Amino acid sequence: MAKKPEKPNEPETTGHSWDGIEEYNNPLPRWWLWTFYATIVWGVIYTIAYPAWPLVNRATAGIMGFSTRAEVARDIQTFADANAAIEAKLAAADLATVAADPELQSFARNAGAAVFKTNCSQCHGSGAAGAKGYPNLLDDDWLWGGDIESIAFTVRHGVRNETGDSRFSQMPAFGEILSEEEIAQAAAYVQKLSGQDHDAALAATGETVFIDNCSACHTEAGTGDRAQGAPNLTDAIWLYGGDHATLIESITKARFGVMPAWGQRLSDAEVNAVAAYVHQLGGGE
Amino acid sequence: MWDYLKLVLLGLIALVAAIAANYGRDLAYQVHAVIVMLVSGGLFLWTLRHTEEPKPKPDPQLNYMDGVVRAGVVATALWGVTGFLVGVWIAFQLAFPALNFEWLQGYGNFGRLRPLHTSAVIFAFGGNALIATSFYVVQRTSAARLWGGNLAWFVFWGYQLFIVLAATGYLLGATQSKEYAEPEWYVDLWLTLVWVAYLAVFLGTIIKRKEPHIYVANWFYLSFIVTIAMLHIVNNLSIPVSIFGSKSVQVFAGVQDAMTQWWYGHNAVGFFLTAGFLGMMYYFVPKQAERPVFSYKLSIIHFWALIFLYIWAGPHHLHYTALPDWASTLGMVFSIILWMPSWGGMINGLMTLSGAWDKLRTDPIIRMMVISIGFYGMSTFEGPMMSIRAVNSLSHYTDWTIGHVHSGALGWNGMITFGALYFLTPKLWNRERLYSLSLVNWHFWLATIGIILYAASMWVTGIMEGLMWREVDANGFLVNSFADTVAAKFPMYVVRATGGLLYLTGALIMCYNLWMTVRRSPAKAEASAMAPAE
Repeated sequence: MAKKPEKPNEPETTGHSWDGIEEYNNPLPRWWLWTFYATIVWGVIYTIAYPAWPLVNRATAGIMGFSTRAEVARDIQTFADANAAIEAKLAAADLATVAADPELQSFARNAGAAVFKTNCSQCHGSGAAGAKGYPNLLDDDWLWGGDIESIAFTVRHGVRNETGDSRFSQMPAFGEILSEEEIAQAAAYVQKLSGQDHDAALAATGETVFIDNCSACHTEAGTGDRAQGAPNLTDAIWLYGGDHATLIESITKARFGVMPAWGQRLSDAEVNAVAAYVHQLGGGE
Repeated sequence: MWDYLKLVLLGLIALVAAIAANYGRDLAYQVHAVIVMLVSGGLFLWTLRHTEEPKPKPDPQLNYMDGVVRAGVVATALWGVTGFLVGVWIAFQLAFPALNFEWLQGYGNFGRLRPLHTSAVIFAFGGNALIATSFYVVQRTSAARLWGGNLAWFVFWGYQLFIVLAATGYLLGATQSKEYAEPEWYVDLWLTLVWVAYLAVFLGTIIKRKEPHIYVANWFYLSFIVTIAMLHIVNNLSIPVSIFGSKSVQVFAGVQDAMTQWWYGHNAVGFFLTAGFLGMMYYFVPKQAERPVFSYKLSIIHFWALIFLYIWAGPHHLHYTALPDWASTLGMVFSIILWMPSWGGMINGLMTLSGAWDKLRTDPIIRMMVISIGFYGMSTFEGPMMSIRAVNSLSHYTDWTIGHVHSGALGWNGMITFGALYFLTPKLWNRERLYSLSLVNWHFWLATIGIILYAASMWVTGIMEGLMWREVDANGFLVNSFADTVAAKFPMYVVRATGGLLYLTGALIMCYNLWMTVRRSPAKAEASAMAPAE
């Protein structure tokens, strides 16, 4: 079959031609073949060393005793062992005194930062600056209290969730109680309270609406009530927005921000750590 | 008689589709039923008007069936540009999330467009390229006209219908949520039918060949067609929730489902994007270089090694998951042994050019094919490397994977297809030469720079985010949040989108060049006759 080359230096071809394409009868490149063999030899050795071949009831375990799950568990255990003592101390610590122990505080801050990045940043942002509907944790405006114990309580039990110990309050949807006109008046009054430009005539009548309907929770001065998670309306910090239209929306439909009870998922040490972390971000009391 | 049968069948399909559209339980299903109704209704009318017309009978001894290949070339170019355009758009959406406009929600957000992009480039662009070139190559290398008469046209149009159903399904939310196997059950059934017809045409042509031996390109094409049929059927085994709805439930669950999916997914890469395109390479490279293939022995050894080993490598997509360690080890070992069989194709392609290297200076089409083989070699080295468990623990779920896929898809699949299109267009439309070689040159450089920007930026972000994800402090606490890694990737996302834009521009230049070749280039003196069997 093989066809001898026409020119002296050319290799012979296989003798076929398809649409003008011929094939040289060159041997396999040596380096290619030996590398191929080497990968096969390596493959055999590797499958002896590591879990590989399926048998009837289980697979070969490999002589190295390797297991990805065991490897992860070992990594976790190494850190768990190293941190065990200080974690126990943190879990049992009186939070108010954490700041006095530099070693404990530094550990709590780092651990808390990791807990925050994994669990809290999705809503509060990786820099903790919050977003619409999710409070900013960097400022000193707190809905449920900004001392370290209050923060830890909020983290552990959450807000308006279905666990029994959750922080809870509910603003009525005033769209079902007040007329649209009254709501617009109340909104203008809230704008006045927070020192914004406002419609003076509306705000004047809005004061009565506010005193009659809103002051029970937000207080007559509008400074809010932490026991009920009622926001301070006299500052420039807004959870949902302080413009006229957004205020009307908030009053009409009310708001119902929810936070999970993290105590169900995090250990006591982790809750304390994240409380210490949030507390030192800037607004802690 | 045949015409009447067709009329009855088409009428029935249109009727059933109308009923299905009426009872359809979701929008995607209803839209699909209407599409099927319109297509079969249109075909019904067309058949009716041409019933019992005398049909000109082509002399099967005299010419090849090239009409369907011409249609395939046009479809490849058009779907290619569409797929690249969607890719560029979603790359910008990733860099600038505001581009997920409010008014696009539910249809044009990233999640809906991403499968549209992947399917458009792999199945619409790549699939049409494979079908068209395989029809061209099998005829030439078998010295035989396509078997089955108009069955080849059924394959072509049936495949386009599959693409349209798949694409509209993605936009309307009909998806199995299996990567690269997103189309729902009835679209899968339709593709199965089309694919069996494709196998029949291809195999029929090989069986009636006049050459004593089957050319190597046809081995690769055949292995691609057969294996894709098997993969497609097994991975899409599912039970429809309702005959009048698009949703279906997979028969596998949990890790079995994941393993089946990646057995499919990896071999879609292995047989669709590797074996099929190697078939393309084995014909167009020696033709364009006008040189014999480097080594017959190498082609036969690397072919059998490749198809034997590829099928086992899927588990490397599931390292460090619920998959047992033993399966993960085997996937990794087979991936590494696969390295040399993959490189066999690269060696055979590159060495075919020995003695013709000077053509690199003068022939931009050869240059395109060479860089394509180069990217093939690079990706088939990178792949086994990424399958190593330790490397994978860094690279998995990062942009490195996306960069790897694109250096293979843009570099290898894209460039070899462009080379084939440049080769085919003058031949199929009987033109003396391409409209402009300097435009091919522009295309070459735009595409090459585009790929380099793409791959390099994804290596940087991939390794960066992999390192950021695993970074822990002295106490074992995570240092970065996920959002930190996203923010850090922004500049590289812009570079990636820019690379894609260059690649798209190159493809648009190619479309213009091919169009002008058909419109303006001088016709060849005599039509090409069928090659004599040797």
